[in-house]
Amino acid sequence: MYEIRIHSRGGQGGVTAARLLALAAFRDGKYATACPFYGAERRGAPVVSYVRIDDHPIRVYSQIRNPDLVVILDTSVMEVVDVFHGLKPDGKVVLNATREKEIAGHTTYAVDLTGIALSLNLVIAGSPILNTPVIGALAKMGIISMDSARNAIAEMFSDDRNVKAAEAAYKELVV
Amino acid sequence: MLTIATGNKAVAAAVKEVKPAVVAAYPITPQTEIVEQIAEYVTSGELDCRYIPVESEHSAMAACIGASVTGVRTFTATSSHGLMYMHEMVNWAAGARLPIVMANVNRALGPGWNVWAEHTDSLQERDTGWLQVYVSTVQEAYDATIMAFRIAEHQDVLLPVMINLDGFVLSHSMQRLETLHPGDFIPPMKLPHAIDTAHPAGYGTLTGPDEYFKFRWDIERSMRRSVGVIAGTERDFAERFGRSYGPAQEYRYEDADVVVIAMGTLGKEAEVAVDNLRKEGIRAGSLRIRWLRPFPELDLGGRDLVVIDRDYSFGFGGILAHSLKSKFRVDPYNVIAGLGGQEVTFDDIASFVRERKPGEERWFGVNGNV
Repeated sequence: MYEIRIHSRGGQGGVTAARLLALAAFRDGKYATACPFYGAERRGAPVVSYVRIDDHPIRVYSQIRNPDLVVILDTSVMEVVDVFHGLKPDGKVVLNATREKEIAGHTTYAVDLTGIALSLNLVIAGSPILNTPVIGALAKMGIISMDSARNAIAEMFSDDRNVKAAEAAYKELVV
Repeated sequence: MLTIATGNKAVAAAVKEVKPAVVAAYPITPQTEIVEQIAEYVTSGELDCRYIPVESEHSAMAACIGASVTGVRTFTATSSHGLMYMHEMVNWAAGARLPIVMANVNRALGPGWNVWAEHTDSLQERDTGWLQVYVSTVQEAYDATIMAFRIAEHQDVLLPVMINLDGFVLSHSMQRLETLHPGDFIPPMKLPHAIDTAHPAGYGTLTGPDEYFKFRWDIERSMRRSVGVIAGTERDFAERFGRSYGPAQEYRYEDADVVVIAMGTLGKEAEVAVDNLRKEGIRAGSLRIRWLRPFPELDLGGRDLVVIDRDYSFGFGGILAHSLKSKFRVDPYNVIAGLGGQEVTFDDIASFVRERKPGEERWFGVNGNV
């Protein structure tokens, strides 16, 4: 089982990112669950959501303690939440950032999701949309196929800039 | 069709297939997505149904009662405080013998204000004459909702059915879902006592001490008959659609020395604990109670029991554990866990099994035992 924890702030689309990722994994023929952890729901508050991907039906509902991958959509969350808590020794990190940060012992990938969203004018209520570009980045890492990523995004969003954002992130991320 | 959906969306999708004539509902966290989605189906024309956006849950059930007594299929959904506010009409629906189907998204009762999973809300409606089923996956939420209509409307039952799913943990989790077209699996609804304007009659009028108990006994007789109706419905469902459930779902149960008993998602998570305990050499199994009313007949003899109650009856104990105790004369280790969405992992469940003390009660997370 591959376990992913997504950190974001309310309104940035972390929950939708989890759902898109699960949908794409499902389109790849895998079993997948997306479980957002709902706290006090308000814009700007730190939010966590969980995705599990497996070849077998998934029976676990509790929160992910030891993720294989941590995705950080807003690096300012790192100041208030221990985002690496429980990350497996060989676990990976994806950051929404213009350049890589040293995170001891973990392979880290940086991709400027905010820049991609702004360049496509993918902005809702003043917030750049991060959930569709991040799916492209995760496809580049091989967690889901890019075909399924495209299909999942098209299934949930009619605006084709969302698929373009995912393709841009796919291109930009260096693995 | 194979897709991926939340528990809430699965319930709404099932309702769409069964085509109620009237849905009356009031939104409440974490149920909102169910009634929003049904409203969308009605707006888009995918569901031809009268959607009544009422001003309260009491009115939601009252509107369902008014519609149902005309002989049409009705549905509503609620949660927690909404169910409490509806309580008077919940009793009325069963007493009036109306096959209304309701989804309840299990949520704790305030204060403290809490929107997360707990079963005490629906367990407070235990004695109303409703049938109650507790589900553990998105697929099961869908299948149980479809079957609920057939069971409720069966001429041997004619009682309302409540489908219970854990708030957020299941209502907002996305999982694989196979949708289906029920076809003649759901026959047209026939209510023998439907209002007929050509033959005016009184409904639920003053019923004296010489008559009232007969109506109560009639509810109990139908409740007892519902056991066979549920079994027959689930058997037919399995033959047509390939998924079977039963009154309680056993996992590695046959040769188990110790059995974890729970309802809802904790009952599913317990299966992972069972697998891990077996690797340690502990012969564990699990039993997920699905139908709370009518309560299943179970063969629990000769094993240690660990009952997890995501509920509590103050001054008494865990409601599920004490139901098992009184019905089957067993002496389980009762763990009160998961109240108000308290996090309970498969590791925690495994530790309940290892530390079990038959006959005792433990509040998970509270230091020192009672």
